[in-house]
Parts: sequence; structure tokens; C-alpha cells
Amino acid sequence: MTEKQTDTAQYTLVVRNMNVYYGAFRAINNVSLNIERNKITALIGPSGCGKSTVLRSLNRMNDLVNGARVEGEVLFHEQNLYANDVDAVEVRRRIGMVFQKPNPFPKSIYDNIAFGPRINGWKGTKSEMDDLVERCLRQAALWDDVKDKLKESGLALSGGQQQRLCIARALAVEPEVILMDEPCSALDPISTLKIEELMMELRQRYTIAIVTHNMQQAARASDYTAFFLMNDQRAGELVEYGPTGDLFTNPKDKRTEDYITGRFG
Amino acid sequence: MTTLNEDVKSGLPQGEASRRNIASRRRKGAIWRTIFLSATIFGLIALSLLIYNVANEVFGYVAIEYAVDPATLSDKPLDELNKDELVAVLQGNMRKNAFRTLENEKPMANRSDSEVYDLVVERVLKPQTLETWTLRDSWFNKAAIDAQVASDFPEAKLEFRSWISTSFLTTPMSSDPLRAGVRTALLGSLWMIAITILFAFPIGVGAAIYLEEYATDNRFNRIIQTNINNLAGVPSIIYGMLGLVIFVRTLEPITSGRMFGADSGNGRTIVAASLTMMLLILPIMIINGQEAIRAVPLSLRQASYGLGATKWQTIWHHVLPNALPGIFTGTILAISRAIGETAPLIVVGASTFIVTDPDGPFAKFTALPIQIYNWTSRPQPEFAHIAASAIVVLLVMLLSLNAIAVVLRNRFSKRG
Amino acid sequence: MDDKVSIGMDSRRITTSQRETTRPFSLKKQSRLGENIIQGFLLFCGVLSMFTTIGIVIVLGSESIAFFRQVSIVEFLTNTVWSPQIDEFGILPLLLSTLLTSTIAMFIALPTGLAAAIYLSEYASRRARSILKPVLEVLAGVPTVVYGYFALKFMTPLLKSVFGEANVNIYNMASAGLVMGIMIIPLVSSMSEDALSAVPRALREGAYGLGATRLETAIKVVLPAGISGIIAAFVVAISRAVGETMIVAVAAGAKPTFTFNPFEAAETMTGHIARISGGDLSYASIDYNSIFAIGLTLFLMTLGLNMISRRLVRRFREVYE
Ligand SMILES: Nc1ncnc2c1ncn2[C@@H]1O[C@H](COP(=O)(O)OP(=O)(O)OP(=O)(O)O)[C@@H](O)[C@H]1O
Ligand SMILES: [Mg+2]
Repeated sequence: MTEKQTDTAQYTLVVRNMNVYYGAFRAINNVSLNIERNKITALIGPSGCGKSTVLRSLNRMNDLVNGARVEGEVLFHEQNLYANDVDAVEVRRRIGMVFQKPNPFPKSIYDNIAFGPRINGWKGTKSEMDDLVERCLRQAALWDDVKDKLKESGLALSGGQQQRLCIARALAVEPEVILMDEPCSALDPISTLKIEELMMELRQRYTIAIVTHNMQQAARASDYTAFFLMNDQRAGELVEYGPTGDLFTNPKDKRTEDYITGRFG
Repeated sequence: MTTLNEDVKSGLPQGEASRRNIASRRRKGAIWRTIFLSATIFGLIALSLLIYNVANEVFGYVAIEYAVDPATLSDKPLDELNKDELVAVLQGNMRKNAFRTLENEKPMANRSDSEVYDLVVERVLKPQTLETWTLRDSWFNKAAIDAQVASDFPEAKLEFRSWISTSFLTTPMSSDPLRAGVRTALLGSLWMIAITILFAFPIGVGAAIYLEEYATDNRFNRIIQTNINNLAGVPSIIYGMLGLVIFVRTLEPITSGRMFGADSGNGRTIVAASLTMMLLILPIMIINGQEAIRAVPLSLRQASYGLGATKWQTIWHHVLPNALPGIFTGTILAISRAIGETAPLIVVGASTFIVTDPDGPFAKFTALPIQIYNWTSRPQPEFAHIAASAIVVLLVMLLSLNAIAVVLRNRFSKRG
Repeated sequence: MDDKVSIGMDSRRITTSQRETTRPFSLKKQSRLGENIIQGFLLFCGVLSMFTTIGIVIVLGSESIAFFRQVSIVEFLTNTVWSPQIDEFGILPLLLSTLLTSTIAMFIALPTGLAAAIYLSEYASRRARSILKPVLEVLAGVPTVVYGYFALKFMTPLLKSVFGEANVNIYNMASAGLVMGIMIIPLVSSMSEDALSAVPRALREGAYGLGATRLETAIKVVLPAGISGIIAAFVVAISRAVGETMIVAVAAGAKPTFTFNPFEAAETMTGHIARISGGDLSYASIDYNSIFAIGLTLFLMTLGLNMISRRLVRRFREVYE
């Protein structure tokens, strides 16, 4: 009992013995993972090993996939996200998500940000909303780019700007955790760098989990790294998890070493 | 515990307020979900009501009065009598010269069993419908019907009748709903469809091939494509007017068959209707055909070209065979459309009352939907029964066509 | 014909042989007669549709001109009486009842069709779809004359029992309009569903990721994103209603009447064309010419609506493809 409490005080999300199935196919096998508060945790591994699946299980996005099923526990403030009385909508408001491809709504920049608060029962004046929009755009380092064109469509921005808009949009509902699924894979190096800097900033207030294929990015921009690999049944397993520096300089598992040095075949 | 934006006051509901907020949003969601579902189910209800209304008229009790009680004609039931016995009944119950006239028209020896039987009904029994009931009444209010018949038509016989029957399919039009059938209309529809396909299929497929395989993206071809899309939205009655002026009047020497030595007086013939229908379904056929051709993978074409095949060889040997199931499906859908179309036929001038079988492309004709329209418009309740029966015939035709289309589509998607 | 071709080929061969004498084969373009004939036939098939359009325009135009020689366009467009026997040719009564029946139809078809589309695209499980979609397809395949029967034998008695025998004419626009609405539901739902399912999944996930419910995602994100496709569906639906003939011919009435009362009988443009051309009419009469003037009006209305609709669909595609 006390052990559990220390867990959750230090860790925002505690994953215990999680299995994820798509229909009869087991995509994730027995993963346990603690995601530390106000830190950036990177999930790495070869394509198809289940990184996205794990990430999407952390805010119940997999509910939306026909036939997807999650076993095990994901604890958030000592509550299991998969308990019967937990509302997925509330979960997703607390644990936001940024996707691989920027997906701004075909609305104005302003409305993109205001959408989340509005649907979640925002009780404030117009000028408070203006403030919120500005604050989120500033946090996402986008304010200077767009402050003169808030009424223009979010689709009119560049890819990197769109992705930062999506981050700003996620911030507007005041989440505790932000999950990012390869947020930079559709971006150029400069935009990527900007987003990495942004994550470092956001870390002070938020807990971040990020899936990435970019080894340098994981090494550069994360505090902890989790390495996943498929087992013989093609189910994803957690091979090694630890502080990023340790994992990259001194991997305990041979397979991790092979992977990060690019000798994986 | 650290909250995240402790430095700013949050406008979002927290704690209990947040729970209430979500609960109320959930409730709203559930209500609307029910509304959306009901709207979808509404279609199902409408379809059931339509089918129920048709079926309701197809079966039911009929109060029939006979000039002679059928039971008195013979000791066996009428439909068990053989031909000679039927002739005897005829002879025994008709005036002598009336019978002789019949004999002169066509000797009894040359008439078939069913023809003689029909004569007995027509000349001797002379049935008259006094009142008809729907299936629902027949089912639930039998007692009331019995009482009504006993008091209003003491002479009449109450029979349960299926208005749709083999004789309904095989007898021609008649002004007496008891004896009217859809034979002429059915044959007219089949003739018309056959000729329509004959023209529409090659032209439709040809145009689809042209647009998908040959047409480059230039102004001319874009206009053709736009034009086809526009034509698909032109109301069918406009096609009827086009057919009336072009096929019935301007091309009368051809469509009346005069040029082929089969003059039917004017251009209101099967061929004129078929050509009109062809123009009407061509846009649909072309658009469906294009989709089928587009679904053939590019790699297949490249493989063929790579072996030195010409464009047409590639199309003929590789593209068309693979697109064919899709093309057939599209054709069947277009045919279903043509079978049910009524307005253009009215305008082109299908006859409403005609009893002779159409004997070729230049015959005058009527068609199933025309018959339905005609009977539906009659105020007498008996006609509702035969209109409904004709609707059943039409719907069965359409459903079987669509079943074929579904089978083809499944074969297609399995291969694709 | 054949000679000419071979001469052409010969002369080409002569000119090439001067330069390429030593080559065992030629990579020069060859003309393939068979291919050309086939291509010619295909081109003809493609172009035939142009003739259809030109035919429609000429037919409707020339007969209308004959009509407008005798009746001024102003009278045609403003007179509220259509009665060829007394030389009154105002399209307004026909137009009004066309618009009334269409409006009633739209009140049924647009909300129901859109709601069904939202259900099918955003809510329905695969199994529910596999049941409900075929039902709508069957509904779309029922011939319109059957709907006419349904209007006259079911909807009219229903209206009579609801609103009173005396208030509802046996032929009335409400009945025709309501059934026409039912008929058009599948069109609206399938076109709208196409528009909704073309909205990328990523947008839905974005909304869910912010804590939106299914309804909020559907109404506030997916629907606005697909709106031009949905409006296109609505416009096509209007065009279908305006051009629909058999339901109104059977159920709406057979006398041009200028009335706003939906329970009255009043003939629509299409109904009038069908009735007049169905009778025995002489090709030289003004009655005959007059239906082409109505036809032309109808054609222009539906053409305009369809063009608007396709422009909307195209704009919608540009956003997402
Ligand atoms: N919706 C789904 N239905 C069925 N199987 C799925 C679904 N989504 C993912 N999978 C399967 O689950 C496994 C893990 O997929 P996942 O997308 O989590 O991998 P990933 O590590 O994110 O890969 P990538 O690096 O390519 O994004 C794969 O084998 C995949 O085929
Ligand atoms: Mg992934």
C-alpha cells in the first residue's frame, strides 16, 4: 500500500502488466512502466513493435479502435484508467495527445485553441479566452508567428507551425500529461528542433511521453527512455527502461545495444 | 499536489463541477445518438410501411356475384373438369347461336383447355365483384365482412383471392380488374430493356474507355466529362421530351419501322422508348464504367505495355476483363433505373390500353410502370389491388436484378 | 481508303530510309489502322453525350421560341393563371406547387438524411451498418411510380385521418411532398455519409484527444469539416425534388392552381408536362409548345442546382485530397 503511494507520488502514470489486443492479436505483452512527473520519457523501438499502441493506451484512445482491448492497470492519481467507473472523456482531457501528422481542425487558429476549453465547459469571458489563447500560443512558441492572423485557418500554416498549433491546442485544456506520437516525423529539421526546445520548456509544467524513431532525438531531448521490441509472437515487449544517459551509453541488454548502434537486423 | 497552471485562475470546471459537466455532456450525447439512430431506422420503417401497404392490397376477400351458381353447373368442381366436359357446360348454358358464333370464330377443338375454361367463366358464370377487402380486414374483421356480405349481397359468394397469380402474369390488359393481367406490359418492359441494353452497353463502355484510357486532360475532354456529370442530374421527364421530339417525331420514318417495312402508324414504338431510355441511362453507365476501369491497377497496364502491347491490346486483354464485373454491376443498376422509369415513357407515348403482345422493336407497347400508374390513378378500389400486384411484379424484377448485382460485386471485391 | 493509307506509309518509308538505311528495324511511329478505327469509335461514344445535351437545348429552345412568339416572357413569368383553354399561360401556379412540394420534401429529407448519415458514419458498428445501409439502398431503388402509389394510398388517407377528412383534398401537395421526402432520404444520407467519411480520421482523434465526446466530435469537428459536401448533397436533393414527376403526377393533383395551402390539389411543372404529353395532343398546338417552355424552365433550374452542387463537392475534395 505504502509502496503504491510512493509510486504515484513520484510517477504520474504507472503501467502495470499491460496487455493490449487488437481482436485476437496480442499487440502488447505484459508491459510495466512508470512515467515520472515533469520528465520527458521517450518510447523507442523498431516499427510495429507497439509504441503507438502503448502510448494510445495511456489516455484510452484505443477505445476508438474496433476490437481493441486493454488488460492490466494504468494508474493515474491512484485511479486505474481502465476501471469501470472511469470516464474516457475526462481521462483524455487530463492526458492530452499530439499526433504524428499535424491535424489542426479546419477552423481559425483562434477556434482551434478555443475548441477544447469550450467543449469542456469553459466558464469565462471573451477576454479571458483571448488571454488563454495567447498564453497557449506563447507556451507553444507560436504566438509571434500568428498573433496577427488568429482568424485565419489553421490549415494555412506550415507543417511545423501546424504541429505547434496542435500542441497549443492540447495545452488549452490544462492537461497534466502530454502524449506525443512521433510529433516531428513529418517536419523539417529546423521545425523539429523548435519542437524539441518547446518540450524542454513544457517539461517544467507537464509530464511528457514521446514516441520517436529518431535516436538522436531520444538521446537529446528525453530524460528516460523505454526500448520496445517484438517477441516471437510479434507482440511488443518492454526490453529496457531507464534514464536516457544510462540507456544510450551503457545499455544493459544486448538487443538495446544492437538497436541504438544501428546493428539491428 | 502540484496543479499545473497554479499561477493562473482556470476557467475550466474542476473536481465535482467537472464531473457534473461531463455527465450532462454524456446525457446530451445519448439523446442525440437516439435521434440519429431513429432517423436511420425511419428509412426501415418507411420501407416496411410501403411493403405492408402493397401486400395489404394484393390479398383479401372478394364478394363475387355469378350469373349462374358454379356449383349447379356440374357435380364436380369446375377446375377439375376436362375439356369436353367444359365444352358441354358451355353448350348447355349458352344460347345456341351465341355458341355457334364462338365455334365459327375458332372451333372448340382448336382451343386449349384454359381457353375453354376462360370462356365458361366469361360467358356462363359472368362473375362481378361487388366489394373487395384488404388483407388486414380479411384477417382481423372476418366476422364483420361475413355480416356485411350476408346483409348487403345475399346472392354473392365470398372468396379469398390472391390478386397476383399466374393468370395475372399471363393475361393481357382488360378493363375488368378481375380479369386484367400484366402480360402485355411485362413483355413491353422486357422488349424495351433488351433494346436499351443493346445500344447503351457498347456506347456506355466505349465512352468510359475513351474517358479513362484515351482522353488527355485537355479542355475538350474536361467539357465532355462535366457534361456527362451534368446529364446524370437532368430530370427524366426532360429525356422524355427529347425522345418525343427526336425519336418519335423527327426520326419517325425509322422508329415507326416504315423504312424497314413494318409500319406501325407513328413513332410511339418500343424502339423510340428504348432509345430515349438509352440516353437516360448512358450517363449512369459511363460514370459507373469509369469507376470500374479506374479500379484496375496501373501496374497491370504497365506490365502489358512492357511486353510491347498496343494501347488497344492492353485494354482488350487486361483492362476490360478485370473491369468487367464492375461494368456489369453498373449496367445492372442502370437497367434497374430504366425498368422503373415512368415519366419518359408517358411523354414518349407508351399506350395505356393495349392487349396485343409486342412482336418486335417497332410495335406499340405498354410497360409495367405505365400500367401501375394507370391503375393507381383509377378511383375504383378494385384497381388498387391490381396496381399493387403489378408493383409486386416490378419490385420482384428489380430485386432479382439487384441480387445479381450484389453477387457480381462480391465476386469483384474478392478478386480486387 | 486503304490505298491512301498505304501510300502515306510508303512515302514515309522513303523519307526515313534515306537516313536510316542500315537499320534492321525502325522505331518510327507506325499508324495502326485498326487502333485508329477503334479509337474513333470510342471518341464517338464519348462525344455522343455532347449531342444529347445539344439535343436537349435545341429541342427545348426551339419549341419554347415557338411558344414565346405567342406568349410574352413577362406574362409567362408573372401571370398566376395557367389555363391554355382561355389563353392564360402563367407558370407561377405550376412553379409554386413545385416549390411547395419540394420544400415539404426537404423538411423530411434533409434532417433525416443528414442524421442518418451522421449515425452511419460516426456511430454505427460495422454490423448495424451492414443492416441499415442496404435498407436505404433498397429505398433508393424503389421506382418513383411506386412511391406515387404509396402517397395516394397510404399518405393521403393518413393525412385525412390526422387533419380531418374535410380539410385534406384527395389529391394534395402535402402527401406528395412528404413521400417525396422519404424517397430522397437515401440520396441525402449516402452523399452526406460520403462527405463525412472523407473527413480524415486524424481530425476525429484530435478532437477525442482534447476530451470531446462522440457527439461533440461529430457535430463540432466532423460536420463543419464536411460541410461543403453536405451542402452539395442538399442541393442535389432539391434538384431531384424539383424534377421528380411520378409522385406528384399521381398524388398532387391534375389542375394548375395558385395556392399556398399544402392540403389543396395543385399541379406541378413536371406533373403538367406528364399529363399534357400523355394525352393525345396535336403537335401544332400551343399546348404542345407550352410544355417545352415549362421543360426549359425545369431544365435550367435543375442544371443550375447540379452545377452548384458539383462545384461544392470539388471544393470539398480540394481541401482533403
Ligand atoms: N487498429 C489496429 N488494428 C489491428 N492491428 C493494429 C492496429 N493498430 C496497430 N495494430 C498492430 O499492432 C502492432 C503495433 O502497432 P503500433 O502502431 O503500435 O506500432 P508502432 O511501434 O507504433 O509502429 P510505427 O513505428 O510504425 O508507428 C502492429 O503489429 C500493428 O499491425
Ligand atoms: Mg506508431
